[in-house]
Amino acid sequence: MDFTVALAQVKPKLGCVADNLDMIEAAVERAIGEKAGLVLFPELALTGYFLKDLVPDVALSLDSPEIRRLIELSGRISIAVGFVEASADYRFFNSSLYLEEGEIRHLHRKVYLPTYGMFDEQRYLARGERFRAFDTKFGRMGMLICEDMWHLSAPYILAMDGATTLLCLSSSPGRGITAADSLGSTSDWQKLTGTTAMFLNCRVLYCNRVGYEDGVNFWGGSEAVAPSGSVTARGQLLEEDLVIAQVKEGALRRERIFSPMMRDESLAITMKELRRIMKERDN
Amino acid sequence: MSILRVNTRLLRQVLVGFIREEVNKVGLTRVVFGLSGGIDSALVACLAAEALGPENVDACIMPYRTSNPESEVHARLVAERLGINHQVIEITPMVDAYFELFPDADTMRRGNKMARERMTILYDLSAAHGALVLGTSNKTELLLGYGTLYGDMASALNPIGDIYKTQVWQLAAEMDVPRVVIEKKPSADLWAGQTDEQELGFTYREVDELLYRMVDLRFSREELVASGFARDFVDLVAGKVQNSHFKRRLPVIAKVSNRTIDRDFRYSRDWGK
Repeated sequence: MDFTVALAQVKPKLGCVADNLDMIEAAVERAIGEKAGLVLFPELALTGYFLKDLVPDVALSLDSPEIRRLIELSGRISIAVGFVEASADYRFFNSSLYLEEGEIRHLHRKVYLPTYGMFDEQRYLARGERFRAFDTKFGRMGMLICEDMWHLSAPYILAMDGATTLLCLSSSPGRGITAADSLGSTSDWQKLTGTTAMFLNCRVLYCNRVGYEDGVNFWGGSEAVAPSGSVTARGQLLEEDLVIAQVKEGALRRERIFSPMMRDESLAITMKELRRIMKERDN
Repeated sequence: MSILRVNTRLLRQVLVGFIREEVNKVGLTRVVFGLSGGIDSALVACLAAEALGPENVDACIMPYRTSNPESEVHARLVAERLGINHQVIEITPMVDAYFELFPDADTMRRGNKMARERMTILYDLSAAHGALVLGTSNKTELLLGYGTLYGDMASALNPIGDIYKTQVWQLAAEMDVPRVVIEKKPSADLWAGQTDEQELGFTYREVDELLYRMVDLRFSREELVASGFARDFVDLVAGKVQNSHFKRRLPVIAKVSNRTIDRDFRYSRDWGK
């Protein structure tokens, strides 16, 4: 079905869950005002990104008042939002929730925690163990958190699991200045979202944050990408924004007819070869 | 075209945003910094004026009796062109009073003392005006250790610490830095006729080409030599980077507890901001 999506390109405050919840509620109201059916927030929208030792202090369990409040808001608009999840056994995950009609439809725990260069996620966070597509009132979707998207297998699994819309929640630091028109991280991501959409005949809805933490900028540029790989809406660079995009069922239907790569994709061959590789690696 | 060329429009946007957001985040609106008459502090002045408005920018010109009088003229020119607040505080009395105790002190001690004298003034003005101290050290100087620890290297925020001198020149040309300031020879201005490049023994353009490949692109020593850099030059610069590393770190703390500051007590500085 056709729907309107809002990409809330917000600027969370580091470690300030209450302030960020207010910020999220305000963006939800604006998205409702724009007649959006779904609003996306960035990775760790409730907490900010470079948390380090703050991780346990800002972590929320799924039955916390903050999450209950967001679930309640989802009675009016579907919400995808990132936060730090505390599990009952005190593991902390970089997680995202898809909330709809007053219910949790899906919880995704970030699988690929970048721990190199400027990133240190695996030091503080536990790793998720699954990629699963899920049904929403707008069709079948999959969620990815930032680095997850850089592993080809992750969106591939979601698409093979029937997702036709990929939601990607991101806190991507801007870096790599050259003589080119955009930062290296911006042009890399723009290649990635477009190519992923095109390979998998899926829509990609990418929401990236803005603001600065300890001198690191987050570049924004949230975008809605059609299954053809073409960008239908893109947010401002480095500035707060609420990007509104119309998502058309017809564009998905036509792309799946023109480029039926997902129809022709052989799960059997892929599985056979991956099993062989795994076996060979074990030897 | 040099590998160091940058999109100055985009760089300007990132750095102006950095100053605005990092200053406002701590509940302040003002900044203060030393304006030397050289290109680095002139560029910081431009960025700060654009980020916060010239009325929120306090520049302090701090000459010593041996400083080149041209430096103060250029500093005033920059400040007046931008319409930022500026004052002149001479450091001669304080520095000379101290060295009356050590009349034989060499130029390094004297230069370091001047840099630290200026730092104490900036931090006093910081408290007096409710203004954050901006740093004006560029990436080339920071990597080579060509600066005084707790002197000109001290600041709350440094907008230009991740751009090389070659890139400072490019961005300065894009912004409102006077031509005369861009074109003159870089100098620490500790004594008459001193220039950075003479003292270092190579030019900024040469060393930036090397540092960019060594640091940013992580070329190995062999790859650097194969790209045309003389072996001695590579070793000299690599040595400077390594030997000045202490200047780029916080003081080393002897660990005895289970949570030692910065080792296993880790928080961003923007904690709660």
